[in-house]
Amino acid sequence: MMTTAAMTGSDTDTAWVLPSRGRVAMFGLIAAESAIFTIFVVAYLFYVGKSLTGPLPGQVLHPPIFLSICLLSSSLTIHFALTALRSFRLSAFVAWWAATIALGAIFMGGTVREWHHLIYDEGLTIRTNLFGTTYYSLVGLHAFHVTAGLVGLSIVLLLALGRHVSQAHTERLDVLSLYWHFVDTVWVVVFTVVYVIGR
Amino acid sequence: MRNVLLTTAAFVTQTAASATSATEPLSPTSIFAPVSTPADGIFQLSLFVLAITTAIFVIVVGLMAYAVVRFRRRTDDGVEPTPVFGSYQVELAWTIVPVLIVVALFLATARVIASMQHPPKPPDALDVVVIGHQYWWEYRYPALGVVTANELHVPVSDPAHPRPTFLTLLSADTDHSFWVPRLAGKTDLIANHPNSMWIDPHETGVYLGQCAQYCGTQHAKMLLRVYVDSREDFDRWIEGQRRPAQVVGAVAHGRHVFESTACVNCHAVGGTAAQGRFGPDLTHFMSRDTIASGAAPNTKENLRLWLRDPDALKPGSRMPAMNLSETDVNAVADYLESLR
Amino acid sequence: MTTASITWEVSDVAPRSLVERLHEWVTTVDHKRLGVLYIVYALVFLLIGGIEATIMRIQLVAPHNDFVSPQVFNRMFTMHGTTMIFFVAMPLVFGFANYLVPLMIGARDMAFPRLNAFSFWLSAFSGLLLYFSFLGGSGLYGAGDAPDVGWFAYAPLTAQTFSPGHSTDYWTLSLLVSGFGSIGTAINILTTILCMRCPGMTLGRMPLFAWLNLTMAGLVILAVSPLSAAQIMLLVDRYLGGHFFDTQAGGSAVLWMHFFWVFGHPEVYVLVIPAFAAVSEIIPVFSRKPIFGYPVMVAATVSIGFIAMSVWAHHMFTVGMSSAGNTFFVLSTMAIAVPTGIKIFNWLATMWGGKIQFATPMLFCIGFLFQFLIAGLTGIMLSVAPFDWQLGNSYFVVAHFHYVIVGAILFALFGGFYYWFPKFSGRMYRERLGKLHFWLFVIGFHLTFDCMHVPGLLGMPRRIYTYEPGRGWDTWNLLVTIGVVFQGLGTFVFLGNLVWSYFKGDTAGSDPWDAWTLEWSTDSPPPAYNFALLPAVKSRRPLWDLKHPEDPDWKYEQ
Repeated sequence: MMTTAAMTGSDTDTAWVLPSRGRVAMFGLIAAESAIFTIFVVAYLFYVGKSLTGPLPGQVLHPPIFLSICLLSSSLTIHFALTALRSFRLSAFVAWWAATIALGAIFMGGTVREWHHLIYDEGLTIRTNLFGTTYYSLVGLHAFHVTAGLVGLSIVLLLALGRHVSQAHTERLDVLSLYWHFVDTVWVVVFTVVYVIGR
Repeated sequence: MRNVLLTTAAFVTQTAASATSATEPLSPTSIFAPVSTPADGIFQLSLFVLAITTAIFVIVVGLMAYAVVRFRRRTDDGVEPTPVFGSYQVELAWTIVPVLIVVALFLATARVIASMQHPPKPPDALDVVVIGHQYWWEYRYPALGVVTANELHVPVSDPAHPRPTFLTLLSADTDHSFWVPRLAGKTDLIANHPNSMWIDPHETGVYLGQCAQYCGTQHAKMLLRVYVDSREDFDRWIEGQRRPAQVVGAVAHGRHVFESTACVNCHAVGGTAAQGRFGPDLTHFMSRDTIASGAAPNTKENLRLWLRDPDALKPGSRMPAMNLSETDVNAVADYLESLR
Repeated sequence: MTTASITWEVSDVAPRSLVERLHEWVTTVDHKRLGVLYIVYALVFLLIGGIEATIMRIQLVAPHNDFVSPQVFNRMFTMHGTTMIFFVAMPLVFGFANYLVPLMIGARDMAFPRLNAFSFWLSAFSGLLLYFSFLGGSGLYGAGDAPDVGWFAYAPLTAQTFSPGHSTDYWTLSLLVSGFGSIGTAINILTTILCMRCPGMTLGRMPLFAWLNLTMAGLVILAVSPLSAAQIMLLVDRYLGGHFFDTQAGGSAVLWMHFFWVFGHPEVYVLVIPAFAAVSEIIPVFSRKPIFGYPVMVAATVSIGFIAMSVWAHHMFTVGMSSAGNTFFVLSTMAIAVPTGIKIFNWLATMWGGKIQFATPMLFCIGFLFQFLIAGLTGIMLSVAPFDWQLGNSYFVVAHFHYVIVGAILFALFGGFYYWFPKFSGRMYRERLGKLHFWLFVIGFHLTFDCMHVPGLLGMPRRIYTYEPGRGWDTWNLLVTIGVVFQGLGTFVFLGNLVWSYFKGDTAGSDPWDAWTLEWSTDSPPPAYNFALLPAVKSRRPLWDLKHPEDPDWKYEQ
């Protein structure tokens, strides 16, 4: 009975345009991740000043200005990469994309150095005190997300070097770049909470 | 109308509750039989709340029942009823009325919260520190130098000249909750998070309750007994608790076994070598009606059973079976029975 | 020329072997198949959770009973709660959403079919992981050791000191994995609804079922994540020596409570909002009237979603928050009663002036209305913080939330089962058995959960494996246990009806209820591609417009 009904859809003189699935899903993922980070930030702020023993943030933390500049610049470079890709400039795209990965890798390398110093020189581990627990958890959670992003970006770089990436993929890579921008935004929050407020 | 509702609600709740005396068997733990101001404040508020919810229930269920009967399909004539898509006036009406009800309820509630969480504290109020353990209650009277366990004694409070008892609540391990319904609502005992509550019972008697926050295997038998004594009885009890442990020569062997076995790792007996704090203080063990925090009456048989095999009375409690010989069990029991 | 339709004779296609058919199910990315997988999974765990409940009720039938030890009882209430919420209610909700949302919005499938399958298998695995604890909780050679810390696992009971071994870790890891599955499904539902509606299906025209599941998806995204965060913190404490909830190191047990309930309260809305969704579709069809106040229903739902994120600490009234804190949460909790009440009135108004048919789906919805009202009223009692200082953590609370989860949610989902079973299977269920299920369950439900309120009022706390005689609790507990028998019988009638009807029921046709939303325009069960032809969508009831071209909705809708 129903299957013989005509499809009229006469309402569709105006084009039926819905948001892109990738973007909406990425915003959904970002919302979920933001909720997770919020909980870790709340725990960090709640425990500021409550450690029963040292070392304390003021004693051992030095704001990683250079590393932060690197990471936040990578948001710019990824934006330039996509602008290039959108206008068919593939080699420029590869260069800016690689720069993004390099900047992210510098950030990770710097974090590793900072942690090495904290653990071996200052004696601060995740089990030392409340500061240690919340610091390594929050910064570590962010670093984990940076790493996951770098893995994704690197896969795209390899595909690009193998000439499998073209202008047609701009939309999808734009969605991936949303994730990267999110990671950088989270760093702004983490930096403020850990190195400014908490110190 | 309000009076009728209140009276009906009160009648209904009272028939489900015990009378005002704690010895009435119907329910010694009913929340509708308060003998102390906090419990009574809650009771009064609850009547107001119950009146409102009952009224809402009667009206809405009445409408539902009417709809189900009046608008049932009677003929199968295939004629569809008139579609009604909505009405903003009706929606407004049944938004505004609930908002007003919420405002009334909220204001009543806020008032009671404020009065209960910020009570006046007269200078002769009694201070007791309650420390929750898995699965027993430690009571300290800091101003009076008394440490005891499991059975709390407080003085009765005359409403004309109140002498409330303020309890500071701490925990040595997991979360617990102090709930004696006829005296007050419950307040949790959380490690590293001191809480406080107060009671001012105006009738003597024994009031029952139990731990109300799951704390581990024997949460169910972490029972509460609060003895509300007359002034004289309370003072006498305090005096008795402050004395060091009685020394009775006849039980010297039992005391020796007690002090040379692991008992002293957990238990304290004032004025002796036993100074363990993990388990209940036993200095005046025989002043208690029950053992194992209310798990069993304090009788000769139960005491020996407890020493021989704690899991028989309270499986999963922190008291280990001490694997004493039968002679030693009796000796230690005799010793404990001398601790009056 | 006849309408071009190609018909396959069944004999044209070689019968697929059992292995091939299983392989299809295991590798499916079809939202309808995944929906069925979720639902069947949930029903299996419903039986298991029911057994756990029965064990508890037998133990509590009399004071000082020794049917099971305290250790076993404590594992039972932990597993029962965790199972029912995460492996029964959530999969049911996701299953119905998966099957019906794409059909109702005229879509071909969900937005991300492979993510859909991945999310299902994550959730399925996590349930098995939880139950493996019975075998592996004390290590490979230990005796079975399921978690026994309660479904909300308060610190510091979950610290290594108080919960050695691995039982708590099974709880933590299983829910962590399940949480990721839930978030994946929620993102899928969100994206599908926002991005895959058929032409003409504006947000203002999509069925309330879609709106409600959209809200649910948003809540999952915002609320399950905090639980994941808290569980990561718990694992850091238990295995890396962290101090998030370590009171000895200055940590806070109350912090866990906040984090858990920031998840835990919206979670109950995640469960109840899809129940509202089923009811919002069924009541109109069986009253033969459109839903009353569609825009207000949407607004009420969305506000419930928002307010739900702000009420969590009403689970913590006894914890010792300041009077300001307590007062705030009283206000937010009472506030949420307003949009919820509006919805009840709107459902009632839908029935008002209608021609109500008391088929099984409608019976369950009427039961839902009655019981959800009562659950809401006991919720209002609990929102009055001082009253909660007596009632909290007692059997009154247990009765209240079972009234919501069983009396409201399960009843609504039963209604949904009967309503959409013809669509899923192509067969009609047996109506008389459906009614028998309803009445058995109503009797059992009320016997158990009405009586359960009273011990709470008389001072009986929850999570106790036994209780003292002489407190007036004995008879009430006996009645509560007796009710279990009726509910069990009703459940078996239900399952038997489903199974029998699946094989032997009458053919249902595409639209047995004369309903109005898009899923009824296609075959029963729908073909893999869902729609060969989509009806025009110009109103909220596209099939009404088709069947009543002289009086279409789009002339009247605002």
